[in-house]
Amino acid sequence: MKKLFLTTIGLYLLLLNAFSQKSSADSTGYAPKPLNLEEVNLVSSYYTQNGDHSPVTGGIGTEKVTDLSNGLDVKFTGVDLKGRKHTITAGFGVDHHTSASSAFVSKTGASQTGGSRIYPSLNWEVENPVKKRTFGAGLYYSSEYNYQSFGLDLEYSKKTKTNGEFSAKANAYFDQVKMIYPSELIPGTTTTTDGGTTTYTTASGRTVTLGGGEDKKYNIPSSPRTTVSGSFSFAQIINKRLQGSISVDVVGQSGYLGLPFHRVYFTTGTDAVENLPSSRFKLPIGARLNYFLGDKVILRSYYRYYVDDWGIRSQTASLEVPVKITPFFSIAPFYRYYTQTASTYFAPFEQHKETDTYYTSNYAYSAFSSGYFGFNVRIAPPKGLFNSYLNTLEIRYGHYTQTTDLVSNVIALAFTFK
Amino acid sequence: MIMTKFTRQKISILPIKQNFMIKNVVIKIVVAVTGILMAASCANVKAYQKSRLNDSEMALSGRKIEKTDANFQSYREGSSGANGGKTGGGCGCN
Repeated sequence: MKKLFLTTIGLYLLLLNAFSQKSSADSTGYAPKPLNLEEVNLVSSYYTQNGDHSPVTGGIGTEKVTDLSNGLDVKFTGVDLKGRKHTITAGFGVDHHTSASSAFVSKTGASQTGGSRIYPSLNWEVENPVKKRTFGAGLYYSSEYNYQSFGLDLEYSKKTKTNGEFSAKANAYFDQVKMIYPSELIPGTTTTTDGGTTTYTTASGRTVTLGGGEDKKYNIPSSPRTTVSGSFSFAQIINKRLQGSISVDVVGQSGYLGLPFHRVYFTTGTDAVENLPSSRFKLPIGARLNYFLGDKVILRSYYRYYVDDWGIRSQTASLEVPVKITPFFSIAPFYRYYTQTASTYFAPFEQHKETDTYYTSNYAYSAFSSGYFGFNVRIAPPKGLFNSYLNTLEIRYGHYTQTTDLVSNVIALAFTFK
Repeated sequence: MIMTKFTRQKISILPIKQNFMIKNVVIKIVVAVTGILMAASCANVKAYQKSRLNDSEMALSGRKIEKTDANFQSYREGSSGANGGKTGGGCGCN
């Protein structure tokens, strides 16, 4: 009887303990954490090209260009009291380029041939792991001698219950194009007096008068260009080895959409600054499909169809095949094919009539095909290279050719520190 | 009795060429989205089965190092966008 009584008491106490460990359902994905440096990325590249259809000289002449580019971005992450993950990414880029054809902005070939561009950026994202949605916003700025840009974007993404994700992004750029004309085509009246006064007239008729030693570089008028776009994408896991996505961008541009130092030569031999419409509507649609073949090979494919209201239709297809030599070392050969139709407004050197309303001899708007091939090497050992903070090293080389005879090479290095 | 044939004439806000362009692209979008949504019905993949999908080279975006590729292509070609990069603006590119 005593044993039965003690056993009953013991069972009752066991039952109580079984429920004492029960806690309320964890409603947050992450524990609160202050903002911490998570990752630093550095990408540097060297680009060279040559061709014989420079738009500065009306569709003929050297297209020799070199560009040295460096971009750094720093990522901070933290978790707030509601369990939402915040990511702040600050970026800064510097490009320096030389362009042989830029010398001929001046008829005598005396213009400067090099320039630099700086482009800082700031992005913020907040992810709610419980509701599986993410909001984000970004600010961008770019400045080079003849072009300034201010951009911003807002983005939203939501994961589905079936391993999918919808994303939407609204983006706007507000740019100013400095109206640097070819020397023989500077519009309006240029007057030089004994005091050194010079008068420039903008395309809208506004005049700017400079004198008394002012540096005219800082007072060249500019024209605005605005780009607004909406991007929509949907990604889906299809099975354990296959996932794909589809993206659509809807883009509208308005303002000065050409470049003021691009010449066009008419059938009569006279030249003018290229004249393009003040609006453009673009509709690219792209799809990606990635497949893990076996244990060591990945197939990364991409296709894009593009159409705009300037008459350009293009198709892009690329395939990259990373081969994992070891789990932490891969080599990925790639090939990209591109083909486009000519814009309605394009014609080669001395093919435009003076009666044409819009005209350009920029071969980026001509009909052509291109091929781009190369390889990507990626090294990412789990403890970092040489047991350091250098988590990943990538090297990429590519060779690009167009049927317009433009040829270029690019080599890039990417470092990720964690 | 004389039979007259009436042909129905569509009144289009956009020029016929642009109508065809937009219709063509919309058909492509619908087919692609339908394909992806149909594939979604097969997506019964658990978290522990995603080891291959989570490989960094399986990501459905360009590599960071590809930014240079996208950059020079936007200057040298007439089209851009639908690849996570620039769609226009921000530079003196196309």
